[in-house]
Amino acid sequence: MSQNTEFTLAELMIVAASEAWRDNGEVLASGIGVIPRLGASLAKLTHSPELLMTDSEAYLVSEPIPLGPRGDYVPKFEGYMGFDRVFECVWGGKRHAMIGPTQIDRWGQTNLSCVGGDYSKPKSAILGVRGLPGNSINHINSFFVPAHNSRTFVAGEVDMVSGVGFKDERWEKGVRRDLMDIRRIVTNLCVLDFEGPARACRVRSLHPGVSFEEVQESTGFPLLKADNLGETVHPTAEQLEIIRRLDPHNARGAQLKGNPPGIRAAA
Amino acid sequence: MLNKQLTAAEVVARLRDGMTIGIGGWGPRRKPMAIVREILRSNLKDLTIVAYGGPEVGMLCAAGKVKKLIFGFATMDAIPLEPYYRKAREAGLLELMELDEGMFEWGLRAAGMRLPFLPTRCGLATDVVKYNPELKTIQSPYADGEVLLAMPALKLDVALVHVNAADRLGNTLITSPDPFFDNLFARAADACYVSAERVEEKFALTGDQARFNTFERYLVTGVVHAPGGAHPTSCGPEYGWDLGHLKKYNASAAEEGGWEAYTKEFVACTEAEYQARNGGLEAIGKLPMPIF
Repeated sequence: MSQNTEFTLAELMIVAASEAWRDNGEVLASGIGVIPRLGASLAKLTHSPELLMTDSEAYLVSEPIPLGPRGDYVPKFEGYMGFDRVFECVWGGKRHAMIGPTQIDRWGQTNLSCVGGDYSKPKSAILGVRGLPGNSINHINSFFVPAHNSRTFVAGEVDMVSGVGFKDERWEKGVRRDLMDIRRIVTNLCVLDFEGPARACRVRSLHPGVSFEEVQESTGFPLLKADNLGETVHPTAEQLEIIRRLDPHNARGAQLKGNPPGIRAAA
Repeated sequence: MLNKQLTAAEVVARLRDGMTIGIGGWGPRRKPMAIVREILRSNLKDLTIVAYGGPEVGMLCAAGKVKKLIFGFATMDAIPLEPYYRKAREAGLLELMELDEGMFEWGLRAAGMRLPFLPTRCGLATDVVKYNPELKTIQSPYADGEVLLAMPALKLDVALVHVNAADRLGNTLITSPDPFFDNLFARAADACYVSAERVEEKFALTGDQARFNTFERYLVTGVVHAPGGAHPTSCGPEYGWDLGHLKKYNASAAEEGGWEAYTKEFVACTEAEYQARNGGLEAIGKLPMPIF
């Protein structure tokens, strides 16, 4: 396969995101936001055709739907999945969602509710916990972080624990922890996982031109290096072609500030 | 013959200060906005609002109607953050019961089934439990002994939902792609008022049409004929949300006296005037469905 040097960081992240759904089996792939959605779509069209996917409204589709106005493209429905059934799917554990939380901590706990100040009078109110408590305790989750910094990867705990993580003290005796699973965090600098000793957070791969030290400096808690820490795999020509077809209006180009290239120019 | 038809003003006249009011729909989708606007025009106060929140939550907060909010989120989707909800929360003006979306559903289900609670894992090991100290856990009485969260029933005084069609007996049809959890709101409430795009004397449906009936007419207390009544939220398949209006509403929150100006233009008027100020009912009916 031909080697590509012409790809954007967003495209590199889409390919990295798609890897999160590899070998998940027949589960609902929910990528929330442009890059996660394109990642899930790419996964379904390449290595994991068994994934289920919706049209982001209420129907199951057999082929990922292109983003934005799509001309005469007609969605290929294969079933129905309103929110009622999404919740049933969540509680049954047959889903892997990738979302972009406002904060993440060293235990993989996430926050979408509010930041700073006091809970009853926060500095900034965000969305609310949404489905994070239920998603996180019931099925596989991955995260997406477009701007990797210590405001997102916080020192200490997130301000409002909305999604569960690996912090022992949070788990009352008798509560089932075995249904939760955090797989990957795809950021603009690297790919992380929680597969270190005692589920410590590790850098799994670095994006081209990014150093481990830079990632560590941009993170509010200590990181480990995965044993086989390498460079994030570059998109292939085939993957890029699929991404361009799925995103004909280049929504991905607006997801990262300045739409930087995938291979960072030497300083 | 049974005739449950009321005006939005008659519905609001039946509401009382301090009531717990559930509002159907989801974010900026199929919200009973004509009735919400009537609440905004009223003197009602100290309400507990229970909703998968969209702009109705922000508007009721901005108007000072909300004492307590029971919710999982407040969003306008295409505009992710709801500005007036944020203002109210950041000012410390709201009592909150912030729940996972599924816990919220479970609470409505429990209320509809006249149960004190339903067990779930959702919410455990998060701050949802910390900030809602009334939430208790319960141990499974079976061999597994698992500790679960006992989600209390979310009993509503009143539910307000917007449907595609209704008849005067209180039969309803939701033909939108997703009925959301409106059936659960109706079941959880002592009284449910529906607004409807179309109201007929009495339905005569085919079997295929009847499948869009998601809750029984004995749950429906009143029916309001409100064409365009979900505007500026969407009411698929009839019309999409009015992004222009939502943007204007959103921008008003950042302006000095913004809510007052919004109110003057879009609340202090009749529904017919409201529609005229949004291009007319015909234009509302042509708002395109959002593309995802």
